[in-house]
Amino acid sequence: MGSITLEHVNKSFGGVTVIPDISLEVNDGEFVVFVGPSGCGKSTLLRLIAGLEDLSDGTIRIDGADVSKTLPAQRKLSMVFQSYALYPHMSVRGNIAFPLKMEKAPKERMDAAVNDAARVLNLTDYLDRKPRQLSGGQRQRVAIGRAIVRQPKAFLFDEPLSNLDAALRVNMRLEISELHKKLKTTMVYVTHDQVEAMTMADRIVVLNAGRIEQYGTPIELYQKPANLFVAGFIGSPKMNFIEGKEADTFGAATIGIRPEHFTISDAGRWTGTVGVAEHLGSDTFLYVDVDGIGQVTVRASGELPFAHGQTISLDPIESRIYRFDAQGQAM
Amino acid sequence: MARAVSTRRKLGFTAIAWLIALTLFFPILWTVLTSFKTEGTAIAMPPKFLFFDWTLENYFTVQERSDYFRHFTNSVISAVGSTILGLIIAIPAAWAMAFSPTKRTKDVLLWMLSTKMLPAVGVLVPIYLIFRDLRLLDTHHGLIVVLMLINLPIIVWMLYTYFREIPVDILEAARMDGASLKNEIIYVLTPMAIPGIASTMLLNIILAWNEAFWTLNLTTTRAAPLTAFIASYSSPEGLFWAKLSAASTLAIAPILIMGWFSQRQLVRGLTFGAVK
Ligand SMILES: Nc1ncnc2c1ncn2[C@@H]1O[C@H](COP(=O)(O)OP(=O)(O)OP(=O)(O)O)[C@@H](O)[C@H]1O
Ligand SMILES: [Mg+2]
Repeated sequence: MGSITLEHVNKSFGGVTVIPDISLEVNDGEFVVFVGPSGCGKSTLLRLIAGLEDLSDGTIRIDGADVSKTLPAQRKLSMVFQSYALYPHMSVRGNIAFPLKMEKAPKERMDAAVNDAARVLNLTDYLDRKPRQLSGGQRQRVAIGRAIVRQPKAFLFDEPLSNLDAALRVNMRLEISELHKKLKTTMVYVTHDQVEAMTMADRIVVLNAGRIEQYGTPIELYQKPANLFVAGFIGSPKMNFIEGKEADTFGAATIGIRPEHFTISDAGRWTGTVGVAEHLGSDTFLYVDVDGIGQVTVRASGELPFAHGQTISLDPIESRIYRFDAQGQAM
Repeated sequence: MARAVSTRRKLGFTAIAWLIALTLFFPILWTVLTSFKTEGTAIAMPPKFLFFDWTLENYFTVQERSDYFRHFTNSVISAVGSTILGLIIAIPAAWAMAFSPTKRTKDVLLWMLSTKMLPAVGVLVPIYLIFRDLRLLDTHHGLIVVLMLINLPIIVWMLYTYFREIPVDILEAARMDGASLKNEIIYVLTPMAIPGIASTMLLNIILAWNEAFWTLNLTTTRAAPLTAFIASYSSPEGLFWAKLSAASTLAIAPILIMGWFSQRQLVRGLTFGAVK
């Protein structure tokens, strides 16, 4: 059991308002990802839920109960920090057992739970080491072990993978997703990596300057971005935005076309020269200078024999053109 | 090629390091050697290095004339006492500044350090008069207080730098793991703070042990530590080289032995935690 409700949450540091007014509902068992650019208030929001920061205004409920004034130790949440924050003077076993020790769990239950967590996370051989004798990925797993060893109402993750290399990151991403499938416990996960957000989340909260730009499933965000910010933030490579005359013909202030929504033809709507062509094998990314529009990113699947300086012609897929009004809202 | 150059550089640096170390160490070595000579050999020209008649006579004379062990006990009382008193005062102070800093924290720290910039002799007369009127002259508690006061800024600074190194994240993790404030202090804060406190303690015991200005001026007999013991042999006629050396050797031996056994902590202390 662990639904989290934020009602008109406000947070200022000194005179600076970081979060003006956020209301948000995370359902029990849901995997919700907070995503947004650096400094937008993701960590602050998570720390408010954790109780590590005091609310300036508003209410936070866990399972319906107001916890706004409850100490972090009594909120029954588990948190994984970006820095892992392992206890340097304790062994891996000591680290993982710590939350149970604080609950005064009986020794047998503690040992069983630690061994279980270690087995799930492949840490059995390292139980007697100190954190400094572990690699980054292993430390990461200890931090997760410490979080899962008891049954919290929800897990909070603050960019837990950002210190890992790319390959390990993909691995851990899968492991955390699997963990969620298995435990079915509410998870709130902070990242600035939209790929992580898209792949792991049940629902994504897109934050910008302390405000929610959109809250929805990954596919909703991809297919129906609420505004220019979300449209530009979700999807990789980034959506192309075109203003001016071309946009007018669609009756919009700005139109957006995702790189994967072009067809390359002999006599298309737009003609341009290829600036850079990136050949990834599975995909080809073309950065095309289109006359009268500027640079457009095109993603074509498969290996295509385009090169610098070549002239090509493009057609946007009409049904996939996003239209935005002068305020940047989707039309 | 690059490797050969770097080996030569390494050799060069090693040689220079040894040279400097030996130069610094030589006076101590000479003191120890002299303490085993007779007064006559001690002033012989040209000086004798190793080949002389070794004798323990100076050590016996010194112990007989001015009771080494009483001075030693006084040194231990004043050095350890002042360090413990200093820690009791400095731990909360450094703690508060490290974990709840304000705009003025840096100023307070600098102000404390600035008190070390005054020459001690500048306040000798007022302190002497205060000590006389409060009947603290030549007492253990008086000496403990004054040694604590002169080292307090250093103790606070060192502890502050150590406490600042304790990542707040880890304390927050303990809170998330359900630790009450009491458990947070017992299981997380204290174990992480102890190495820092230990090296601060060691360094300050040494500083207090070696302190010679206040100990010489504020004590005469009852509370006189080893510094006074050495000083009593430096007579203007200068015919007591060997006994002075024996006294010095006896005075520095305990602290050298202690320093030797706690080298690691000391290096950490002297570099203010920058090297681990
Ligand atoms: N303790 C604090 N005092 C003052 N300002 C703070 C404090 N903590 C955060 N802020 C400010 O609040 C804003 C949001 O910070 P936050 O750490 O939540 O960003 P973030 O979205 O997590 O960014 P990142 O992706 O870089 O971690 C930033 O502008 C930051 O400077
Ligand atoms: Mg952050």
